[in-house]
Amino acid sequence: MAGGRIVVVGGGQAGFQACSSLRDNGFDGDLSLVCEERTLPYERPPLSKDYLRGDIDLALRPESFYDGKGIDLIAGRVAGIDPRARTATLDSGRSLPYDRLILATGARARTLPVPGARLSNVFTLRTVGDAESLRKRLEAGTRVVVVGGGFIGLEVASLAQELGCDTTVVEVLPHAMARVVTPQTSDTLVEVHRSRGTRVLLGRRVAAFDGDHAGRVRQVALDNGTRLEADVVVLGVGVVPNVELAYKANLPTSDGFLVDQTLRTSDPAIYAIGDCARFPSRHASSLIRLESVQNAVDQAHHVARCITGQPEPYTAVPWFWSDQCGLKLQISGISLGHDQTVLKGDPAEGRFSVFCFRSGELVAVESVNRPADHIISRRLLAGTTELTPDDVAHPDFDLKKAPR
Amino acid sequence: MAHITYKQADGTATTVDVPVGCSVMRGAVDNGVDGILAECGGGAICATCHVYIDEASTAKLPPIDDLEDELLQVTASPRLPGSRLACQLPAMEGLVILVPEKQL
Ligand SMILES: Cc1cc2nc3c(=O)[nH]c(=O)nc-3n(C[C@H](O)[C@H](O)[C@H](O)COP(=O)(O)OP(=O)(O)OC[C@H]3O[C@@H](n4cnc5c(N)ncnc54)[C@H](O)[C@@H]3O)c2cc1C
Ligand code: FES
Repeated sequence: MAGGRIVVVGGGQAGFQACSSLRDNGFDGDLSLVCEERTLPYERPPLSKDYLRGDIDLALRPESFYDGKGIDLIAGRVAGIDPRARTATLDSGRSLPYDRLILATGARARTLPVPGARLSNVFTLRTVGDAESLRKRLEAGTRVVVVGGGFIGLEVASLAQELGCDTTVVEVLPHAMARVVTPQTSDTLVEVHRSRGTRVLLGRRVAAFDGDHAGRVRQVALDNGTRLEADVVVLGVGVVPNVELAYKANLPTSDGFLVDQTLRTSDPAIYAIGDCARFPSRHASSLIRLESVQNAVDQAHHVARCITGQPEPYTAVPWFWSDQCGLKLQISGISLGHDQTVLKGDPAEGRFSVFCFRSGELVAVESVNRPADHIISRRLLAGTTELTPDDVAHPDFDLKKAPR
Repeated sequence: MAHITYKQADGTATTVDVPVGCSVMRGAVDNGVDGILAECGGGAICATCHVYIDEASTAKLPPIDDLEDELLQVTASPRLPGSRLACQLPAMEGLVILVPEKQL
């Protein structure tokens, strides 16, 4: 398809990239990007990193880019879609006809179903507005309790500690980042956080938040009766994909819009990409939904290619990064279900990689301050690699020379 | 503003104004210059902002640190004496940048 009308719902990383790639691939029809947030599309990763130190430009592209590419930025929220009539209706009542619709609605921060979660100074972190409010409160001496030892929680804790806050992380599972990294990597990073003075409480559940007469949070009560003094609480307890548009339109969902290998929903004119999409991946044994810049960008490229050319299965290698305590953690592939790991390098020196295998096959590599390992492993995972755990364990193993 | 010229492998060239203080990578991305992917947004972890700098300019630029050196060993296009990561280079008047054929 070279002409026609395409409407993209959601001006985040995925929506922006879909528009940009459609134009790069020669789509010359009408192209609209509906943005609910009143800003140009921006990147979120710095919100839990450099942005908490001070202002930086987050916009993915300047406004002139959209004019130049003929991308119509529409401020507003899509309130409903009608797959039969092929229209998307904005909350203003305006109706946008489409030939293809791309859902890139992302996700929103989850909150905790415990008493006091709505007190003031209890923050979640998803938007630039969230980050700005939080940043104003992070000062030397502030008592910060981060609930959730995932990437965002630990990144915020790292920054808060650096800014002189008295920082505690509470994680319900026995390991931090347990869903996505091996115990080796998790334990090493937690030790680094602790050595810088951050308290990390593992296997502890938050029971309630208590406030003062002005409705500000004062204490965090844990399941073992411990009470932590708190001026600021940051909830980093995951996200909920924005899939409400599916219900009236009869699109199937399961914690995300369900899509096929070509990222298409059950309606052939409607695609879903990024944080809001659950898809079959060659790199996982079940349907997955990923929350990463890589996933948003590569799925956007892919859908643009499917629309302007031939539909093909999406196969890109998932990868991710996180910055904590001055360390750069990078993950390639999906370690879920791995049954064997091989460690290279020295965790004590803050430079190592963990190679994860499932039934003898390399499925993921976690690297800390070893970016070359990350890049090469992505290339290996993109093909079929014969690399065995024994190869990697060999003292003379050099990933740069590994056969691809 | 600094004038920076980006030359593609096919010989086409674009000169753009880049605010001083910006990186050579930002200058390319914001002005829609092709071939500098910058997947990690300037975090010095992806090596998809690999560029070649002409010899005359290399002396003016900050030296290559260990991390950049490690990444330059695994770039998709060959490492040459003028190889750098564009996200680690400050915009400077008159820079001429050669964009490699591939970044992935
Ligand atoms: C603090 C933080 C740190 C992160 N750090 C990293 C990192 O280090 N590395 C990494 O890879 N990833 C990181 N991520 C994840 C990454 O930012 C997301 O995976 C990525 O933004 C997903 O892009 P998206 O376009 O799918 O969704 P989003 O970026 O969430 O964009 C969706 C947009 O759609 C809008 N929208 C929703 N519904 C509608 C509607 N009905 N009408 C109109 N607009 C609508 C939303 O308001 C939003 O603007 C981080 C995320 C956060 C929050
Ligand atoms: S942008 Fe990723 S290394 Fe330069």
